[in-house]
Amino acid sequence: MAKITYITSDAKIHEIDVQNGLTVMEGAVQNDIPGIDADCGGGMACATCHVYVQDKWFDKLPKKEDGEEDMLDMAFEPKKNSRLSCQIVVSDEIDGLILNIPSKQG
Amino acid sequence: MNKTDALIIGAGPTGLFTAHQLKLIGLDCEIVDNLDKIGGQCIELYPDKPIYDIPAVPECTGEELTNNLLNQLKPFDIKFHLNERVDEVKKENDKWIVRTNGDTVFSTPNVIIAGGVGSFEPRKFAVKECEKFENTSVFYSIKDKRIFEGKTVSIFGGGDSALDWAVELSKNSKVNLIHRRDEFRGAQATVEKVQQLSKNGKINLFTKFQMTAIKGKNILESIDIKSDDNEVKTIQTDYVLGFFGLIMQLGPIANWGLNIDKKTIEVDTEKFETNQKGIYAVGDICNYPGKLKLILSGFHEGALAARACFKLARPNEKYRFEFTTTSSNLLKRLGKKD
Repeated sequence: MAKITYITSDAKIHEIDVQNGLTVMEGAVQNDIPGIDADCGGGMACATCHVYVQDKWFDKLPKKEDGEEDMLDMAFEPKKNSRLSCQIVVSDEIDGLILNIPSKQG
Repeated sequence: MNKTDALIIGAGPTGLFTAHQLKLIGLDCEIVDNLDKIGGQCIELYPDKPIYDIPAVPECTGEELTNNLLNQLKPFDIKFHLNERVDEVKKENDKWIVRTNGDTVFSTPNVIIAGGVGSFEPRKFAVKECEKFENTSVFYSIKDKRIFEGKTVSIFGGGDSALDWAVELSKNSKVNLIHRRDEFRGAQATVEKVQQLSKNGKINLFTKFQMTAIKGKNILESIDIKSDDNEVKTIQTDYVLGFFGLIMQLGPIANWGLNIDKKTIEVDTEKFETNQKGIYAVGDICNYPGKLKLILSGFHEGALAARACFKLARPNEKYRFEFTTTSSNLLKRLGKKD
């Protein structure tokens, strides 16, 4: 279990306990957190679960796999700290993760 | 006016198999899809990715699945309307009048929405003011490349579309190619060509830059681009092209009076009918207790919706359940028996 803090673009803070093994995207979708669309359902095929990872966390997360950066090219306003939340798997190691959700997904 | 027993919206795997089921039970149907090709998400998002959970098909790619479904449709005559998006669905007496953005009009007792997550539309620039110039000097696809001759064109993106157009337009235009990082995901040969053209001064390459502003009163004058290190450059340009792939949007479906929750349409599990009589939803776009977004679920949903269509299309006939192994009716329709 890890506490994940999702901050929506209207600055609302959603602190959620997410089970290990789920993805950060699933944690958001199952808890009705607005702003993460996840159109393709976690297939790294659509870039609509785009999040900004707070800087101190960015380097602690497992690195992007091939293809994630390619999909981020298509995301809405990608930045250096952009990730696809479907590619971040929840574990004890990421307890306390804080991320910002962009104003739009496309 | 096209008259048909059932109109299918969406040519993905669910739409295709639903067409098979309709034709098999003796109904005719037509299919509309906003993409320029058949296959939906399977062909647009993951043509090369293997799928492992289609019953009796241990492994196949999105493209193979689409081709197999088309093969299965070969005995039947089905009219496809590609590059068209359904904009309007209206009731007129006991028929639905369906109009596309290409002004094709259908009259049908049955509309089956097999729309996945919605229709594919180009992803647009984050800079809102780009809307003002859209279709005059900002484009997301190219219809006539001659308008760019002798002009300055700023192309954004890092995939094959952006690179191919940068190479092509550099022959007769001044081309700026702008991308958010210094790696490109296009074909290696094209990437090398772009780098060569950049060395020769035929393409101005700006990597790790993104657009932050677009300027001009009535006609486009310039854009501002900003680097990862916050360096801002102003570029004079006549045209701006954005190639950021496609995104799925529910679009006009939201206006048809259907019960929609989280971009999915509520249906019953007997006919897969929506709250509107004669409008059905199948595949990823439908929602009911226990719904699984699997291709196999779409096949089941389409088969049942097709039977429901029979009642409205042939009110004076009785539908009789038959097997393809034994029914001479079905074998005739499949072209296996005279």
